Amino acid sequence: MDNLMSIPELTLKCEQIRKRLVEVVYKAKAGHIGGDLSSLNALTALYFRIMNIDPQNPKMENRDRFIMSKGHCVEALYSVLEAKGFISKELVDTYGEYLSVLAGHPTIEVPGIEFNSGALGHGLSIGVGCAIAAKMDKKSYRTYVLMGDGEQGEGSIYEAAMAGSNYNLDNLVALIDRNGLQISDTTENVMKIEPIRDRWEAFGWDVHDINGNSIEEIVNTLENIDYNNGKPHLVILRTTKGFHVSLMENILKWHHGVPSSEEYTQAIAEIENRIEELKKMC
Amino acid sequence: MEIKSVACRKSFTDALVELGKKDKNIVAVTTDARGSVTLTDFAKELPEQFVECGIAEQDAVGISAGLASCGKKVFVCGPACFYVARSLEQVKVDIAYSNQPVKILGVSGGVAYGALGATHHSLHDIAALRTFPGMQIVLPSDARQTRKLVEQLVDYPYPVYVRVGRNAVPDVYEDDNFDYQIGKSIQLQDGKDLTIIGTGETVYHALEAGKRLASEGISTRVIDMHTLKPADTEAILKAAKETGRIITVEEHSMYGGLGAIVAETVCQSCPVPMRILGIPDENAIHGKPLEIFHYYKLDAEGIYQTAKEFIK
Repeated sequence: MDNLMSIPELTLKCEQIRKRLVEVVYKAKAGHIGGDLSSLNALTALYFRIMNIDPQNPKMENRDRFIMSKGHCVEALYSVLEAKGFISKELVDTYGEYLSVLAGHPTIEVPGIEFNSGALGHGLSIGVGCAIAAKMDKKSYRTYVLMGDGEQGEGSIYEAAMAGSNYNLDNLVALIDRNGLQISDTTENVMKIEPIRDRWEAFGWDVHDINGNSIEEIVNTLENIDYNNGKPHLVILRTTKGFHVSLMENILKWHHGVPSSEEYTQAIAEIENRIEELKKMC
Repeated sequence: MEIKSVACRKSFTDALVELGKKDKNIVAVTTDARGSVTLTDFAKELPEQFVECGIAEQDAVGISAGLASCGKKVFVCGPACFYVARSLEQVKVDIAYSNQPVKILGVSGGVAYGALGATHHSLHDIAALRTFPGMQIVLPSDARQTRKLVEQLVDYPYPVYVRVGRNAVPDVYEDDNFDYQIGKSIQLQDGKDLTIIGTGETVYHALEAGKRLASEGISTRVIDMHTLKPADTEAILKAAKETGRIITVEEHSMYGGLGAIVAETVCQSCPVPMRILGIPDENAIHGKPLEIFHYYKLDAEGIYQTAKEFIK
């Protein structure tokens, strides 16, 4: 079963999706590729190991809910949904085309997507609503919300943070893709968000500050969270923007951007080499 | 004017308590507004179906959308002025764009807060919300109609914004013996010289004016346009064709509300002269709601005078 994939298998899967992600952005000539690449490890871990979901039955009643609050990184989500079997390669190939079903931010027309997003600071409140509904109905599903670090400037997030702890939502997991960059500068130069851990602990959250570039750490964290501790959970994913495409790593301009054909060739070659190495380990 | 009934907000929440006891999926969400919404009984009797968000409208709307996506029949209730301003983006994205059938109950709408000033008035809500694809808008005219509306809303599969006032309003409907359907206006009086169309709390005043005009031999049709989206364009065009003149009366900016809806409808198929009564492009004067109505000619006297001028 997919959700029992080993760490090496997950790591390999992630790199295979990464290759496809770069291809999708290159072909569509559009995308927020830096954040796509930094959030891909977490998305892969969630969709291939952590979440209870069924691509054949995307509306399964007791499915875990995933809310892509940092909606601009939709290309990573499309690539993961394709790999998982929610949507076809043919559909993803239409991304960027006139009249494509696939928009530049998540929409509910796409199987596997729960909410339209793209305006920042909305996802956590929605996640709180899903988590309260699960508690009301005494259901076991969990809700995961992926936010950006630049997104942390939105005040509505802290309304949701209050509600999450007020209602003891230990079935709710928020994740912050802490890659350190936002569109115009480093997050700390634009508007300081550290110390994230202290801030969220002050709100009453159970905080885990981890290496978000490591699938192993992500899996271990999410699998060992105490889901009965009466607190909502925050996982700070310390990541690298543009992760695993060396020419993009930690470079501001790759917040959004399309690689040239030379850059594309170099990126794909790098990822393919890594895939070959990882295959030997599986 | 004689007020025999309860406030629409109370009629709404009384019905919600009753329906909520039978249907555990009905959930009420609010923002420290259980008193002003009259949700105290709901919170007391159905605590498991009640979500208090504190003073955080953005969060409340997002939470409501999340609840609805998980099968809850959600009524998010609070002052209209805040839900259609502070949390407008959440209404746009999380409810309308995401097609979540959340019902927003905006209480103390229009100028119901009277002298509290423009921060507390919601005179832009119809104009703003009618541009959101999928969002429906209803302004019931009295307590009985509100009750019928709530019954229809519970399983209604679309997002709906309902705006009611604060104080009790006079009955437009003397008993429960009338058909009510979201999207279908109600003709309260027939006439051939003129049509007055009201919505929400202006309907009573439109009807009083219509009766007075009729008693003076001016045959006046009066329509309760409780649903502004989808508007009953059939009734609007019928009125244009059969009466040749239309006055609209709304507790809303003159821009983008009922008057605009009627004008957009008639000008494309059956242009007729119109008068649009509403709040002009200014912050409404400070006063009691009925004083404000009187000042802007939204009461029976103002509508009557407007009609007399119009018909000359």
